[in-house]
Amino acid sequence: MNRAALLVLADGRFPAGGHAHSGGAEPAVRAGRIHDARSLAAFCRGRLHTTGLTAAALAAAAAGGLDPLELDEAADARTPSPALRATARKLGRQLMRAARATWPSGELDALAAARPRGAHQPVVLGLTARSAGLAPEDAAYCAGYETVSGPATAAVRLLSLDPFEATAVLARLAPELDRVAGRAAELAGRAAREGLDALPAASAPLLDITAEAHAGWPVRLFAS
Amino acid sequence: MSVHATARIVATPAGLPVLTGEGPLALRRTRATGAGARVTVVGAMSAPLSGDRLAIEADVRDGARLTVDAAAATVALPGRPGPVPAEPAHYDVRLTVGEGAELHWLPEQLISAYGSDLRMRTRVELAATARLVLRDEQILGRHGEGPGTLLTRLTVHRAGRPLLDQELAHGPGAAGGWDGGAVLCGYRAVGQLLLVGQEFEEKPVEPRLLGDTAVLTPLAGPGALVTAVAPDALRLRRVLDEVLRAHQTHGSVSAYR
Amino acid sequence: MHLDHSHSGPAAVSADALRPDGRRRALRIGLGGPVGSGKTATVAALCRTLRDRLSLAVVTNDIYTREDAEFLLRHAVLPPERIQAVETGACPHTAIRDDISANLEAVEDLEDAVGPLDLILVESGGDNLTATFSKGLVDAQIFVIDVAGGDDIPRKGGPGVTTADLLVINKTDLAPYVGSDLGRMARDAKEQRGELPVAFTSLTGEDGVRPVTDWVLARLAAWTA
Repeated sequence: MNRAALLVLADGRFPAGGHAHSGGAEPAVRAGRIHDARSLAAFCRGRLHTTGLTAAALAAAAAGGLDPLELDEAADARTPSPALRATARKLGRQLMRAARATWPSGELDALAAARPRGAHQPVVLGLTARSAGLAPEDAAYCAGYETVSGPATAAVRLLSLDPFEATAVLARLAPELDRVAGRAAELAGRAAREGLDALPAASAPLLDITAEAHAGWPVRLFAS
Repeated sequence: MSVHATARIVATPAGLPVLTGEGPLALRRTRATGAGARVTVVGAMSAPLSGDRLAIEADVRDGARLTVDAAAATVALPGRPGPVPAEPAHYDVRLTVGEGAELHWLPEQLISAYGSDLRMRTRVELAATARLVLRDEQILGRHGEGPGTLLTRLTVHRAGRPLLDQELAHGPGAAGGWDGGAVLCGYRAVGQLLLVGQEFEEKPVEPRLLGDTAVLTPLAGPGALVTAVAPDALRLRRVLDEVLRAHQTHGSVSAYR
Repeated sequence: MHLDHSHSGPAAVSADALRPDGRRRALRIGLGGPVGSGKTATVAALCRTLRDRLSLAVVTNDIYTREDAEFLLRHAVLPPERIQAVETGACPHTAIRDDISANLEAVEDLEDAVGPLDLILVESGGDNLTATFSKGLVDAQIFVIDVAGGDDIPRKGGPGVTTADLLVINKTDLAPYVGSDLGRMARDAKEQRGELPVAFTSLTGEDGVRPVTDWVLARLAAWTA
């Protein structure tokens, strides 16, 4: 167990392609749903408790040693938007590259071979955490945090939002991230005993709808 | 004195050997517009109240065809007044569709009245060659009131593998941010229309926007899903109906012999 | 677990000179430089000159559009399947230096789809004078500036001007009109770069990209040697 690896994995500069994605913030800014720190906080909070919880539990389950291919299928069933499935696989593939360079393992190699076009990012993230010697809850923290840090960073670029305000939004979400990560790890543990239907499937309709619209924009700053 | 009631429907190619209502869930055999049987759920209007445990089970056996609809919207209401703190109500829907069978599950809206607290769980088990049309509409509060708490989950398996799993929570008892820009953002009606059938494996639908707040998407498996939010029930229904009609009249409906 | 352990999967480290199947991968050359200096025009000219001799592909990194990729498509310098656009999330320098994963994916996809390839040109989004390519992404890099951007740019230096394997000073035909002193630019560049080469180009002229083409072919000869 090497807890400091979590700092490396969760660092926004970890080279896994996330910087080019807004986590749905770009279409939300365009629609006026994010326009200041307050609406950014509401957006991030909603994302954390929906796709954040779902991603965190998938990551925790992968970190706990559940079959990554079955988790990948569970992630597909939880992602009705093809644009978001494509994004999740693209980011999963990019994370896989970084993971195999940083914490090489046979399990990562096996998943890369089975899913050369990329597995869902939270599954790869969980397996990366496992390869780094981290616990399922650590993986859940990392996945949950990414679901809010991405939109916050994007909002700084899209709205010229004060970066201190955006970071304060993330800081105020920390107690909720604690709860989400704890719950995700608990449900991942239950999934190990009862099957993958025990994993949460919390969804966010507007994220699914706007992701498809955004994928068709001819001009955009972010890939998703 | 909460209500525990389970209604059961079994459909076979020959008819409806089981059609059992219970408590607030009364079932009526109604005239089918197409082939197969049609059942209408009546009288669920005043349920579920908090503490109630209601369930509907529909088993569409191999080769059978069944349509289930409802006479009116279902309204989740607050608990009976009393000294004991209200418990959430539970509403379970369990659907099984066999080989070559087809189910159209088309209930009316579920209205989450102010002060109510409902957990709704829908589980669908489809055989590999089963077909399904499933509508789910949730309305946050009756006219002019705030929403109750509604937690729903729809889990669909096909041939034993997960096809779609969607949970949604809104209202005062839901986790934070449900009314923010990522989830519902002021929209008071949310719904989905799920279409499953082998024909989607051969020819997946193209993703298509249906206005600004709805989208038709292909699932990773053989199905298509409309995800929609709208200001009210009427406008939500309009979007879902557009796809439902297209599905039933042209599109892949030709496969629905 | 039903994962297949016998398959090695994609390369873990992309600077590896060999692809997973053991073949030598394409030489990758990055082209960076400020907005409007002629990166895309240089890429287009290189493609026209080299496409009949080499198996080529291009990756573009646009700031907020797919405009550069579309320019190349419109001018039909290569078939569309040989051009890939990478989206950079408003940070073009990040995508070529700090987090190169999306670019590596594009490069690998091109080799898979239209390979084997001899050469892949990776064009950066127009950025500032500090933008350079990671060695994990490209084997050599060209920095393109132009005389109209001011003849003091070579003197000012910066990582691109100072360390690029080739400095291209483009649009020499405009020098008389914008009052740029080519001699001074050459002296300043020499001062900053020592022995590293500098090419003066004017893409409006017949085979104006020739000095760059020659340099690229020399790099390619060294790569395949």
